Amino acid sequence: MKDLGQTLLREEAFSEIVIGNTAVVRALVEAGVRSVSAYPGSPTPEIADAIAAIPAEKRPFRFEFSTNEKVATEVAFGSALAGRLSAVFFKSVGLNVAADSFVQLPLLDIPGGLVVILGDDPGANSSQNEQDNRHYARMSYMPLLEPSGAREAYGMFKTAARLAARHRTAVILRLTTHVCHAKEKVDFAARPPAVPNPAWGFDPARENYVPLASSVFPLKRRALERLAAVEEDPDARGVNVVEGTGSRRGVITAGTAWLSLRDALEESRPGSVRPDILKLGLVHPLPRQAVQDFLAAHEEVKILEELDPVLETEIKALAYDEGLPTRILGKRDVEERMGEYVPAKVRDILTGTWPDLFDGPRPAPLPAVAAPRPPQMCPGCGHRSAFYAIKQALSPGDVTVADIGCHTLGYLPPYRMGGVLLSMGHSTSTASGLSIFREGRRVVCFLGDSTFFHAGLPGIVNAVYNGHEVLLVVMENGTTAMTGHQDHPGTGKSFNGPAPKLSVRAALEGLGVGNIREVDTYRQTELTSMVREALAEPGFKVIIARHPCMLKLTREARRRAGAGWKVRQVRVDPDTCVKNHECIERFACPSFQAREDGAVEVSRDLCIGDGSCRQTCPAGALVQDKEEGR
Amino acid sequence: MTDRFDIYIAGVGGQGIGLLSEALIRAADAAGLPARGCDTHGLAQRGGSVASHVRIGSRCHSALVSEASADLVVALEIHEAVSAGRAYLKEGGTLVWFDASWQPLAVRLGEEGPAAASDVAEVAALRRGRAVRVPADSAPDPRMQNTAVLSAICRQGLVPGLGPEHARAALSDLMAGPALEANLRLLED
Repeated sequence: MKDLGQTLLREEAFSEIVIGNTAVVRALVEAGVRSVSAYPGSPTPEIADAIAAIPAEKRPFRFEFSTNEKVATEVAFGSALAGRLSAVFFKSVGLNVAADSFVQLPLLDIPGGLVVILGDDPGANSSQNEQDNRHYARMSYMPLLEPSGAREAYGMFKTAARLAARHRTAVILRLTTHVCHAKEKVDFAARPPAVPNPAWGFDPARENYVPLASSVFPLKRRALERLAAVEEDPDARGVNVVEGTGSRRGVITAGTAWLSLRDALEESRPGSVRPDILKLGLVHPLPRQAVQDFLAAHEEVKILEELDPVLETEIKALAYDEGLPTRILGKRDVEERMGEYVPAKVRDILTGTWPDLFDGPRPAPLPAVAAPRPPQMCPGCGHRSAFYAIKQALSPGDVTVADIGCHTLGYLPPYRMGGVLLSMGHSTSTASGLSIFREGRRVVCFLGDSTFFHAGLPGIVNAVYNGHEVLLVVMENGTTAMTGHQDHPGTGKSFNGPAPKLSVRAALEGLGVGNIREVDTYRQTELTSMVREALAEPGFKVIIARHPCMLKLTREARRRAGAGWKVRQVRVDPDTCVKNHECIERFACPSFQAREDGAVEVSRDLCIGDGSCRQTCPAGALVQDKEEGR
Repeated sequence: MTDRFDIYIAGVGGQGIGLLSEALIRAADAAGLPARGCDTHGLAQRGGSVASHVRIGSRCHSALVSEASADLVVALEIHEAVSAGRAYLKEGGTLVWFDASWQPLAVRLGEEGPAAASDVAEVAALRRGRAVRVPADSAPDPRMQNTAVLSAICRQGLVPGLGPEHARAALSDLMAGPALEANLRLLED
């Protein structure tokens, strides 16, 4: 078995099959990064998995999971301000949380250099939108590099780090979901010899670090001038590539759209006019000279970019300014702004652009015959027990507000709990606003424990302070489950070892919440009555509905027990079962399987023997026998 | 060996799709073939459909397989076999599927009927390809369903150029100890 940690630290050059996220970690090592911080969020958590594979004592940089993306950005900024090359990573929408501090970064002199690794999510594979964070680069005057796969992610991180250190600034490495997770063989360079720690960098006597009123302008001027300097930097020029010469057609593209373009062109009709390609690695600032030269050499140029027309807008303006006659073909409709530019989509777009390029339509799939299989709460999940119990205390007109975490899945049938979702930590405040006009409806909102510490606190403070009539249910499972079981301030552990365990209850009390109840969610009857009681009381109240993440617990138990792992799986006693289907249709653990004769059976593959279903059967037909090996 | 062989792997979160996919990429590498791929998992927890893409050959650029273009569709579950086969199998392709059933929500709620082996066969027939069933008892443990399918793929030569020796090399990269031994045994039989 290959040891990932040892691989990432190898002294000599080597090749290995890795995903983009892992490739970035080797780049962190080679570039001499000294401080890394993050908040977990798909598609980036595997960066932390690879960091964790390196034994702590051999790790050449410090890493932490901070409490949210803004905090993580500030920690990385502080380390870079001290003079050490630093990096921060989080997911697409995490940048909204970080934005207040993030947009200030280019104004300030950052002696160590800072790389912001973004995991954007075109296609909204695991996010509440597919926002195009290239806009943030433009808004804040921050350079942005965009790789197309694991090999480029590795190379471009090193380029971004050099640019950040050389220009004493922050640079974005914009990954997308299928760059983070794309797997390919990467040729890694030898590990450079360790360099001594640079001197302390922060000197407020030499530099202004307090942008305020008129002192903002020299800083803004420098940020804009620095952007121009990055455009001319040989390192930044080196990441743009021209493929092909002599065609009258051209395509300007970047990132995974470039790979999809190459795939599509493999299918092009022999004898058709294939376009030349300008593939940009530096997306912001736009490499004007390279683009201008390419435009001038072609009659028609298609701008092939995923999501918003960011390059298109700038390139059209450039052509206008330079008086270029090139016909520039941008996005034709709303659909071209949506979804991932996978090879099939790019082929369709090219067909619309240059119909002669392909022979006929691409192969079509057979029509789907079944509904897609959505993600769902795991067997034994404490959230299922919670939703099942809470639903029984609510009336049809009552309002439930979701937040982000595994418990978001409660909005799916059959629970239908949590009817609106904005962002991390929004639930208490959205519920507060709803409650102002509730007219007899009762308002219940949900919040996970990791999100409680991430962005949940201000909404709770507001509900206490402004006296909102809301019931908050904290769905405490003791981990950050949805992104892969990272620790958080309430778990008693940090990435680096034992840590103070912050109590959700004590935090609530400290914030002035007077009405708090706690229960284990497997105690479904008790939870139902608690919700009934709490909803009859005035003001803001909280129920901490607690059960450990059973996926995490089961994995750990299985790992400890090895081959001897045994569970008491549930089975349906056919003599007692009255086929009322409470278990399969309303409690709806995925372990229950429908038989054609109307009976229900429990999947041997899926049941973890938690037994949380047994109390839901009015006939008492769900039984657990002796322990069985699995 | 062709210069492009596309494999689309489908299953349910928790079935070990990622390991199967990485084993195929590493097996191709061990056989001297260029390979790339990508897991597509929206959310970390189990229970939803998950898919992984593997592309072998020099004419592959994107990490993603296109619809109706997979030379080989691999499914670890019967409902996924039907869905993935309909969406990704190309004309004349092969659909290899593990005969387990983890009913999706719509089936459990009684809104749709469960998939049957005849539905899988129908997909293969519509594509003028073939279906290869891997029986449930070929995996001694639910966690080894993925290796049982890997074994079927390599021993039946469903990927040109890939044999059991390449799968052995791949698994040896990815696991150790008793787990490796148990999985290697599945490649023998």
